[in-house]
Order: sequence, then structure tokens, then C-alpha cells
Amino acid sequence: MRTTSLFLLCVVGVACAQTPAPRTAPSPSGNATAASASTAPRDSAGRPGMGALSLPNANPFPSTYVPFPSRTTLIRNATIMTAAGPTMQNASILLRDGKIVAVGTSVTAPADAVVIDGTGKYVTPGIIDVHSHLGLYAAPGGGGLNDGNEATNPNTSNVWAEHSVWPQDPQFPRILAGGVTTVQILPGSANLFGGRSAILKVVPSRTVQGMKFPGAKYGLKMACGENPKRVYASRGPSTRMGNVAGYRAAYIQAAEYRRKWDEWNANHKGAPPTRDLGQETLAEVLRGDVLVQMHCYRADEMAQMLDIAKEFGFKVRAFHHSVEAYKIADLLRENGTGAAMWADWGGFKEEAMDGIRANIALVDAAGVKAMIHSDDPSGAQRLNQEVAKAMYAGRAAGINVTEDMAIKWMTINPAWALDLDTRIGSLETGKDADVVLWSGDPFSVYSKAEKVWIDGAMLFNRDDPAQNWRTDFDLGFVNGGAR
Amino acid sequence: MKNHLLCALCATFVTAAGAGAQTVAITGGTVYPVSGAPIQNGTVLIRDGKIVAVGADVAVPANAQRVDATGKIVTPGLIDAATQLGLVEIGGEPTTRDANARGTDGVAASFRSWDGLNSESVFWTPARNEGVTSVVVAPGGGLIAGQASVVDLVNATAAQMIRRAPVAMVAQINNPRGAQTGARGELIGKLRTLLEDVKFYQAHRADYDRSAARSLTATRADLEAMIPVVEGRLPLAIDADRVDDIQGALRLAKEFNLKIIIVGGAEAWLAANDLAAAHVPVIAGAMNNIPNSFQTLNQRQENLGILSKAGVSVAIIGNNGDGDEELFNVRNVKYEAGNAVAYGMTHDAALRALTLTPAELFGVADHVGSLQVGRDANVVVWSGDPFEFSTRVEHVYIHGQEVMSPSRQDMLTQRYKTLPPKYETHP
Repeated sequence: MRTTSLFLLCVVGVACAQTPAPRTAPSPSGNATAASASTAPRDSAGRPGMGALSLPNANPFPSTYVPFPSRTTLIRNATIMTAAGPTMQNASILLRDGKIVAVGTSVTAPADAVVIDGTGKYVTPGIIDVHSHLGLYAAPGGGGLNDGNEATNPNTSNVWAEHSVWPQDPQFPRILAGGVTTVQILPGSANLFGGRSAILKVVPSRTVQGMKFPGAKYGLKMACGENPKRVYASRGPSTRMGNVAGYRAAYIQAAEYRRKWDEWNANHKGAPPTRDLGQETLAEVLRGDVLVQMHCYRADEMAQMLDIAKEFGFKVRAFHHSVEAYKIADLLRENGTGAAMWADWGGFKEEAMDGIRANIALVDAAGVKAMIHSDDPSGAQRLNQEVAKAMYAGRAAGINVTEDMAIKWMTINPAWALDLDTRIGSLETGKDADVVLWSGDPFSVYSKAEKVWIDGAMLFNRDDPAQNWRTDFDLGFVNGGAR
Repeated sequence: MKNHLLCALCATFVTAAGAGAQTVAITGGTVYPVSGAPIQNGTVLIRDGKIVAVGADVAVPANAQRVDATGKIVTPGLIDAATQLGLVEIGGEPTTRDANARGTDGVAASFRSWDGLNSESVFWTPARNEGVTSVVVAPGGGLIAGQASVVDLVNATAAQMIRRAPVAMVAQINNPRGAQTGARGELIGKLRTLLEDVKFYQAHRADYDRSAARSLTATRADLEAMIPVVEGRLPLAIDADRVDDIQGALRLAKEFNLKIIIVGGAEAWLAANDLAAAHVPVIAGAMNNIPNSFQTLNQRQENLGILSKAGVSVAIIGNNGDGDEELFNVRNVKYEAGNAVAYGMTHDAALRALTLTPAELFGVADHVGSLQVGRDANVVVWSGDPFEFSTRVEHVYIHGQEVMSPSRQDMLTQRYKTLPPKYETHP
């Protein structure tokens, strides 16, 4: 009981006396973390973000995430799928101070370690879902929680998803129970430019700041095709060519905005240019500091977006919902653009007609960073099952997809899409201890995540439901909704 | 008179579609007849589209085509107990949506949804290739959505695909606004009034025809269509999630002597004993655990397992994702069953919930849903456990015919497997 209270005190995301020191000391500016110095938001002059000053790309809503208390933990005799090499049988993994400190077949337990027998069980990295709307379309839904699409203008690059996220969305603990440890929350696809994404740890917190992945770059949600043209049919854009004109017009403006600020930052002559939140975000895309995450179903539209990216000198980090990625996998490889896909959704609108289950396998085989994504709070709980379908479909299509390849589709490849692959996404020494213990082969329909650690702290334990995270909403409203 | 007409509609439409003259013997597999215990090293003998023998000691005629199922699993074809496959093709394209009738003030009882069945849907093939041989095609919307049918996934005309129609009247009590009412109590009142009006109409048809009856809340066609429901001959399949709505449906069924089926049933586990006592079956998915509305706050993945153990007759449907992608993925209903097993249902119960139970619920168990002599030869040979991702479907028979064929998705896969694709030209 006392442990519970202590645990809950630490939930809040503010400094907790009992918690170990954060992994990284605050940077001198006090609003970015040192470990992320290379990736932390910086202004256009290359300085760390300056907070809410009239400078572009400040970091006005800094992460306050602090890892939860953890114990040195050894999982032994398990089948370990590292996403960084071949699966290890009868292997062990040691977690200490929030990090993975050893993985292999000859790891010994330090005296203070909690030892967990993994006989018959599997260990994988925490799953990363690069396309989620949790917190934006929070359960139980209804107009009061409908915060995902600022569908008032085709260009809302000025909005930030984190300002809509409800940390008490009861869907968060449910995806944690499915092994998801990091999630990218994206605005919806109503707009050509939907706004900035939020990269979150799947942890209990009073505030979204307490969930924000320290040092993660922002993403920018853009959208192709049917959704924007449907939403703006009466005011425009109402066609795909209208969509493209909209992207180009916005980047022409953003290039000009960037030039003015770069000039002012270099010489500080006169008054600084007027800030524009939307232009700031697009200027950061042009500087390469905000990653474009683009909803795009059709192959021909993706090819056009790659040209637009070249025209303005940015990269599309990954296409999402790319049901036709398999048709242009070669182009994606040449452009260094990843593809985030469902296993087998399709057919629900015309641009989704050509979905195939071998999509991920074909795209991976072409040398593209291929990954699963959910876009769905139910699918997000079973991304392992989605990957299983995609893997076996690849084999049925004659592609030699091993489990060691498929595990990457939900771990290291999505970590790459967020530019976090040096920190999470694989079980390697020095990486964050985001780890899942599965009851069996994660590609079996019968397997479940039994235990989930984030930064070495056990945040989900199927064997101890009373201690598992319940959101505020779960209290009282949901009596029997066991997960 | 009208009753006779309706009975004619109840009759099985198809007996001959695709019936094969060939004799096929599926030998050596583990046979799950569902109607009985599994048979190791069993044989299923098929002739003229029917099952003529099932067992461990079946003599295989010399002229039979032998299919070696050694090490494999043989089951009846799967039945998805509620889908809009064949009524909706592209959800986002209104011209391909034929599942929701306009009706009259929320009532569309006379809507025979199968009259719009699309035999050319490209989604039949992937479902069939993955072991689904029949589906219950149900309309949606309003208070009374209309009538459902059982459809066989044969490659034939729509009329030949329709195995039996109607098999149920579809209603919903989840959404008062959708039923053209403003509150739950008003919705139930409207349903009660409709049922009373149907009974009144039935008793005063001559007066009605002379315009001498009191005014009734539904059109003549809708009142007619509801008669088998109030007579307890046609099940009323009621979409209901909240436990109070489910209890309300049980009370209404008792009051009017209706035969009802609960569909959706998010919180049905909270009424498991009452459902069992009333012999009311539940049709539900197995992957729902999100309190995604105020009427599904207590939904959990153990739902089907709890209901099944309490003695409720259950059928499994695929509704993960809960959107139009369901049409694309009727094939995934077997994975829904796997998830049901992962959360407490027995494997046998889950297989029954995909075969014999839906056949029983919709009055086609004499034809499909089990491997018994005299049943239609709707048979699937699986490389392993039907619910596992690693399992491949090796053979699918409907009416004794092998029906696996390349789907549009297979063709796209082949076309783009090597890039750039080789489009057809005349060099």
C-alpha cells in the first residue's frame, strides 16, 4: 500500500525526492536536456531554444518527464529479439538505472537485481507507434474530447498536437499493456498542414509535458489526397492539384520567412521580423529540424510529394498510411524516405483500394525503412499481431521475411522515423531500457505483453493488475474494464 | 396469404449453385466436425456438393480425388455472423453504399438488404481464400434497419449466393438519435409502439385495408415485414452495448415473446447469467476493451469467454477497428477468435462461435456450420491452428467445389513485386 502511494506521488512528472536523478542533467538554458543536445530544438542561429521569446523555434513547453523509480532487473532464460541482430535463445538482459547494461547468454545477476525467469517467454524492445491520435480523440469520445483536427483552415501548421492531448485518456494505459512505450501523436488529416506532432512516453502524468520524450524532434503532419479536398471542398482546395498548389504556396512563404529570420539572427539589425507560429514550423522543416510525417495513400501522390520536397529542399521523413508504398518502393529508397503502413487496411475509400498485406514486406525488401503504425487505439494494442500478419503475408508472396526483420517494423524502424534510433528501438547496451516481456512468441495470436518497462521502470505487470496504471477516467466510471 | 408469401421467402434459395459432381476425399487430417469431437486421422468424403461421410474409418472410393491433409486441420467453412460485405464496397464512396435504407421515421423493416447485394465485390475473394464460406449480411441505421440474409461466398449470381433470406430483422437501441428519437426511454417506447401496432395490424388487416383502422406508426410494408418478428419466427437482432440496454432488450423480448439476438454486446458480460437464463445469444467481437463511448464503458476482452462459460450462445464477428476496413478484412474474423481464446474462451467454443452457432442462430445449421453427413460440403483445410497467423489456408470448398482463386490484392502483389512493373503493351 505504501509502495502504491509512493509510486503515485511520482506519477506527476515533477521532481520526486525518491526518484533517481533524471538520466540527463538539464542543459544550461534549463529547458532542454543535455543528452539531446544534438537533437534538441535550437533557434535558427544554432542556439538552444530560448523559451517564449520572440525567437523562432524556442522550446516553450519543455519536457518535464522524469523516469519512474526502477530497480536493477535481470530477465533470464528468455528468447530475446533485439532488433539489432539475431534472436538470442536462453539469453538474459540486464536493466539498471534506466538503461540496458547487458544483453547476451552470459549475463550474471548483480546482487541487488530483481531476477525474472523468462523461460518460454520472449523479450523485445518497447513498441513504437509513429501514428496515433491518443489524447486527441480521447475515450470516451464525444464532442468535448474531439480535439484532433483543427479543420478551420487547410494550413494549420501553427497548431501543436500536445496542446490537445488529454493525459487522462484511458487509451494510454491500454496501449502500454500492448507493449507500446513511445508514441507519436499526430493531428488529424483534414488539413494539408495539420500541425506539429508530440512524441510521448506512454506514462502516467498530470501534464502532457510530463509525457514528452526529452529531446525528441517535432514532426509536422501533412496530408495528401482525399481528406483535405473533401473537408475543404467548398472553399478549396477541392482537388489534388489544389492540394499541391497549397503545399507549394506555403513553402514559398516559409522560405521567405526563414530568410528574414536568418538575416536578422546574423546581424540583429532593426526590429526582429514578426513571429508567425505556422511559418516557424515550416521554416524548421526547411532547416531539417522538424520531420515531415505525411499521410499519403497513393503512389503517384507520394512521388509528387518527393518532387515538392526537392523543390524546397526538405525531406519527407516518412509517408504514413502509404497503402501503395509497394508501388514506388524504389523511389522511396532513392529519396531516403520511410513508409509507415497498416498490415491490411484498405478499401474504405478510393485512395485505399489498392492496399495489400505484403506491402510492408515488399517495401522492406526494397531497402526502405518500413514500419507498422496503428492510427487506431485498438490496433495500437496489438501491433505485434499486425506485424505477424504482414510478415506471413510477405512469406506467402515469396519474400524471405524472418522474425528478426519483422521485429524491426515495430521497434527500430519507427525509432528511425522519429530520429530516436540511437536512444530507443533496440535492445543494445546503453540504450533506454524500454523493454517488453511477452508470454510467448510475439507473433502468435495467443501471446500477450506480460511486463513492460520504460526507462527501466516496470509500468505494466499483467500479473499484478491492482498496481497497473488507471487513468482518472478509469476511476469509478469504468468498474470492470479489465484490460 | 401474406404469411404464406413470407414463408416462401424463408425458404432456402439455393441448393444447386456450384454443386460439383466430383467425389473428393480429404484424408489424414485432424477433423473438427464441430458437431462432435475432433477425429484424428479423419476423412471427409464429399460427393455432389455434399458431405457423404466423416470419420476415422471411411472407405475412399477408387474414383475419388484424394486430398492429403496429413498433419493439417480440417474444419467447416467459417461463418461471419454480421457484416456489410456485399452491401458496401468503398465506404467513402456513397454510390457503393447500399446498407442503410432511408426508411420512414427510423423504420425500414421492409428493406430487404440483399436486393442490393453486389455479387461482383472484390472483397468476396480474399474472404473466401482465407476460409470464410458464408456470411450474414446485415443492414444498418435507424431504429429498424431492415432484413438480413445468409450469403454463401460462391462465385455466382447474387440470387445464387443468397442462401436464406430473411434470417433476421435488424434493430438498434444504442443510439436514440439514430432511431429518430431524443432519449433512450423514448426509443424503447417507439419500439414498443411499433410492436403493438404490428400486432394490431395483424388482427385488423381487413379494417386497415378499408381505412377503418386506427392510425399506425409504420407503413403497411413495414408492418407486414414485422409480423414474423412478433410471431417469434424471425429473430430480432438488436444492436445493444450498454448493460441497461441489454437488460431492456431482454424485458421487451419477454413482454412480446420475441426471439432476440444481442449484437455488439459490449457490456453483455455484466448480464451473462440473465442472457443465459433467457436463452438469448450474443454476437460480438473479441478485441474491444476501450471505453470508447458512454455506453461501452465496461467493455473488455474477456466478454466472450465469460458469456460462453455462463452458457450463453455466442458468435464471433470481426469488428476490430470498428470501421469500413472491416469489409476488407472479413478474413480476419479467425484472428478475432484467436484473441477470444487468449482472453478466456476455449478453443472449441471459439471454433463453434465461427461455424455451427451462427448457422443455428440464422436457421441454416441443417446446411452449413458443421461437418456432418448431408451437410453442404463447405470445408476448409488449414496448415495448422485456424486462429494462428502462421497458418495457411490450403483448400477451401464451397458446395464441394474448390474456390480459391487469385484476389485483386494477389494480382497487385504480383504486378509490383518487381519494380518497375511491367504494364501490358503491344511491342
